[in-house]
Amino acid sequence: MENGNSHITGYFTFAVVLIILLILTTLTVTVAGFKLGAYSAGAALLIASIKVRTVITYFMHLKSESRFLKVIVIGVFTLYGLIIIVTFVDYLFR
Amino acid sequence: MSSQTTNNLRYEHDTGKLGMWLFLFTELYLFGGLFLVYAVFRAKYSAEFHSAAQELDTFIGTLNTVFLLVSSMTMAMSITAIRKNQTKLAAFLVFVTLLLAALFILNKYFEWSHKFHFKLYPGSEVLKNLGQGQLLFFGLYYMMTGLHAIHVLVGMVLLLINLVRIRSGKVNQQHYLLLENSGLYWHLVDSIWIFLFPLLYLVT
Repeated sequence: MENGNSHITGYFTFAVVLIILLILTTLTVTVAGFKLGAYSAGAALLIASIKVRTVITYFMHLKSESRFLKVIVIGVFTLYGLIIIVTFVDYLFR
Repeated sequence: MSSQTTNNLRYEHDTGKLGMWLFLFTELYLFGGLFLVYAVFRAKYSAEFHSAAQELDTFIGTLNTVFLLVSSMTMAMSITAIRKNQTKLAAFLVFVTLLLAALFILNKYFEWSHKFHFKLYPGSEVLKNLGQGQLLFFGLYYMMTGLHAIHVLVGMVLLLINLVRIRSGKVNQQHYLLLENSGLYWHLVDSIWIFLFPLLYLVT
């Protein structure tokens, strides 16, 4: 008998996810090589966010979790984003 | 197995997993606070952070990223294996994850030893004579990678417990909550590194 959610992710899916993550890592290192100045940190953070999103969706299989869990995960990340914004607004305009 | 028992198992599994997610949120804010400190000081001392980051070895950083990404895959696969009742494969995949984690720590050991050799450690004379920005960069570097390394070590202990329990049959097709929660923890450790790597190693 099965317990937990009924969907079992196949080995192949995980292998594809790893390849995508490795490509994104190569991209991060390559982009850091370009002299983008202020944009390089933004580019690095953007790629890192895509990578973490991929890890959460597939490796942590949030994709096949309940709607409740999806909502709280999004909520927690949104709250953290707001904290960053509020901190920087305070730092830049004080 | 009666449907009542199955339902109980499922309920136990789901609530246990929810508890783990709640713990991971607290971990997110633990590291999130440090990321915030890093972001503000980086904005303030961008030139100093830029020059201090050149002391870090991008190759070691990239290698460790690859170790953690591959280990995350083997970890995720081990859960698929246990759910398909491929016990030996599950144990093997957990073992590979453990091995990659050990390689990560070994790499970290060499990296830190190299820095210590050049007297770049918190409180050293060399570091005190550097500017405020460099001092902050190295302080944050040791704090963030150190805290992360402690998490890797805790993850390794969890993996070892899983390995023993898979072999003894305590973690099996019906009861794999420990493996699943350890996996979630392991992916968190990987996710944190995904952010640490570009911020610390690639800011040059």
